[in-house]
Amino acid sequence: MISTVGTALVLGGLLAAAFGAVVGIEGGLRHRPGALRIVLGAVTAFLVCMLGANLTMVYALVTHDFSVHYVAQVGSRATPLVYTVVSLWSALEGSILFWGAILSVYVFAFARAHRDHPPTNPLLALGTMLAVGVFFSFLIAGPANPFGRVTPVPPDGPGPNPLLQNHVLMVIHPPMLYLGYVGMVVPFGIAVAALLRGQLGDAWMAVLRRWTLIPWMFLSVGIVLGSWWAYAVLGWGGYWAWDPVENASFLPWLTATAFLHSAMVQERRHTLKLWTLSLSLGSFLLTILGTFMTRSGVFNSVHSFTQSEIGPTFLVFLGIVLVVSIVLIAVRGPLLVPEGSLGSIASRETAILLNNLLFAALTFTVLLGTVFPLVREAFSGVRISVGAPYFNRMAVPLGVAILFLMGVGPSLPWGRASPDTLRRQFVIPAAAGVAVALICLLAGLRGGLTLLTFGLGAFVAVVTFREMALPVRVRMREQQEPLARAVWRTATRARRRFGGYVVHLGVVLVFVAIAASQSYVVHTTATLTPGKKFQLGPYTAQLVGLRNGVDPHRRWIAAEVDVTDGAGRHRLLAPRMNFYERSTDPIGSPAIRSAAFEDFYLTLLAFDVNTPSASFNAWIFPMVSWIWWSLPLFVLGGLFAAWPERRRARADSTDRVPVPGDARSPGAAA
Amino acid sequence: MTSVTRNRLIAVGALLVAGAALTFVAFGNIGKNLVFYWTPGEMLAQGSKAYGPTIRLGGIVQPGSLKWDAAHTHLSFRVADSDKPAAPSVLVKSMETPPQMFRERIGVVVEGNFDRSQTFTSSRLMVNHSNEYRPPKPGDGPDKWKTTVSAPTAEAR
Repeated sequence: MISTVGTALVLGGLLAAAFGAVVGIEGGLRHRPGALRIVLGAVTAFLVCMLGANLTMVYALVTHDFSVHYVAQVGSRATPLVYTVVSLWSALEGSILFWGAILSVYVFAFARAHRDHPPTNPLLALGTMLAVGVFFSFLIAGPANPFGRVTPVPPDGPGPNPLLQNHVLMVIHPPMLYLGYVGMVVPFGIAVAALLRGQLGDAWMAVLRRWTLIPWMFLSVGIVLGSWWAYAVLGWGGYWAWDPVENASFLPWLTATAFLHSAMVQERRHTLKLWTLSLSLGSFLLTILGTFMTRSGVFNSVHSFTQSEIGPTFLVFLGIVLVVSIVLIAVRGPLLVPEGSLGSIASRETAILLNNLLFAALTFTVLLGTVFPLVREAFSGVRISVGAPYFNRMAVPLGVAILFLMGVGPSLPWGRASPDTLRRQFVIPAAAGVAVALICLLAGLRGGLTLLTFGLGAFVAVVTFREMALPVRVRMREQQEPLARAVWRTATRARRRFGGYVVHLGVVLVFVAIAASQSYVVHTTATLTPGKKFQLGPYTAQLVGLRNGVDPHRRWIAAEVDVTDGAGRHRLLAPRMNFYERSTDPIGSPAIRSAAFEDFYLTLLAFDVNTPSASFNAWIFPMVSWIWWSLPLFVLGGLFAAWPERRRARADSTDRVPVPGDARSPGAAA
Repeated sequence: MTSVTRNRLIAVGALLVAGAALTFVAFGNIGKNLVFYWTPGEMLAQGSKAYGPTIRLGGIVQPGSLKWDAAHTHLSFRVADSDKPAAPSVLVKSMETPPQMFRERIGVVVEGNFDRSQTFTSSRLMVNHSNEYRPPKPGDGPDKWKTTVSAPTAEAR
């Protein structure tokens, strides 16, 4: 019964998407405004079908209907309710179904938001997005159908992957990542519409930029949460391993970030149009590539590549999107004539252009390292992987250069900077950077690249705060406003600028945290019997004893360890090993003693209940938690920049904060 | 040639040079940082090509090969292609504390280097549990965890 309902809904979604795609693209190409109403209907039908199919699956999961293939695969009567609902996206078929739901919500939201826009562009964009919807509903209806029927009906299922039930982060991290991934469909549709029409006006560009910002924000949050999860749950003592799955989420983030910057040049100078659009197309292509890599199992072995049913389908879709993108760029690209030119060498345009080149280089190197093993394996059959040192050696210099540009770009005016401006803009931040690096050196910290990162971090932070504070000061002086009001006014008058700088501060945090935690990490292993101690840095850890316990869906053994820090403060840590009833392998849970400047990280490696004794892995990670503290900044900055501006704000934008001399305060109009 | 075209040509030229340099550096770096996935049999078949690069050696801990040194800090065992006595195998030395699941006959992946003395020095020892979840086999009752808790520790020590 549920199988039939689910499959019917998916097929309904497939029909609605196919119909809407054809009507939308045809209506857009022939400039038939009347088609918009029909397409809006198709979008709504697609939404209803996709949400319905997902709710049907959730219902099947919650009621433990093991006659449904997917439920028999991931369901279990012993799993707590939250994880049962979450198991909607804990395995392959369910996650593709969930993809479909998010896609339909995005398309619907886009359609609602731009109903009143001149209809040609929205028609083309919606048509393109629905065409992507056709692919995904085909995938759900065919190769990755979660609604298949199982006979005989099993009495119980294995439950979701234990790793995914081990931490609450697994409840939020995947949806965030999916929201980021799937959301890239929208800018793709917008960019394709611009290319099909052969023109990119300011209004459509603003639409493209906002709809890139939203998935970009989710993607940022998803990536940071993912690394947090890896750190807090997996217990291997790290947060980023340049694993293909991680790279898959990082690649579209890189191109989308590059886009958000080049879009500023596009809006300001009306040039780099084709490049900007290519970045949008590229971001979508990389999300599809990423989904292919993470969802088809190619990275486990060659065999799953040929056996996996969705792998080839995805590859075909990837090929189609790639060909369409290249053809559009080649045929329609020349129609996008630049209407302006770039400024001089010392200008913000140049800084952004360099930033884009660095992002492109970073994307290229990460992509190369990620797909190289696949290509090599496909041709020679040799199983290899590219080690983390490759990625570190390539990405660190590029990253440091990008950090440097984050301070340079906002300091430079659009157009041309006079030597005088340059001096005035750079002396104080550069001095601050040098001072911080020197202080760190005197404090006994070593490592050229690490100190450079700290110095550049200070440089960028000073520049960013200055650019945020300058218009506030002008407002306070000229409009006689109190501080809080002046801050709010400047922030809301230039939302994207303000949001962008908030995000920059978050990125500085991440850079500094990565540099510190990678350079100054300390590690040891030890095997203890009760009462025995080991020392790591200022910390002393003493084994108290082993304890076991039972939860509804698992049993666990914890080693209780009394950890004393340098100041003599005690804290009981209990790293555990969890045994899920239906899984033969134990899953560890690290215990972390987190402080503002360092984490003491303890994992239980092995234990012996008879002796008793326990073996530990212990690390000190300096400043690692600063990475997670960047999260609120990413969210705040992203929301602030993407928030729709009210009409009123546009009307009084003529009384923009007067800033003496455009060259002096270059950021004011960004 | 107008100055605009000339500037454009210079820009394109510079980009091409930068791109070529990046590609060159990237490929050079990749070549130095490849990690090979081999079974003992495959690795031994490589001959002297196996000395040097980072290798992830996957196989089974050969029964009866597990030895600790007197101070209980160095572990040595043989990793074999399969649990047949005649299967090709390699001596592995590790200074790491093995994970809970480690025991004879279990699938392991050791990362490290192989050298001319025919010893594999491991820098990382992982018990090979599949990434993908596999449903329990019939007979895998919920009590199975108890045996995994008590049995392996005694054997590994």
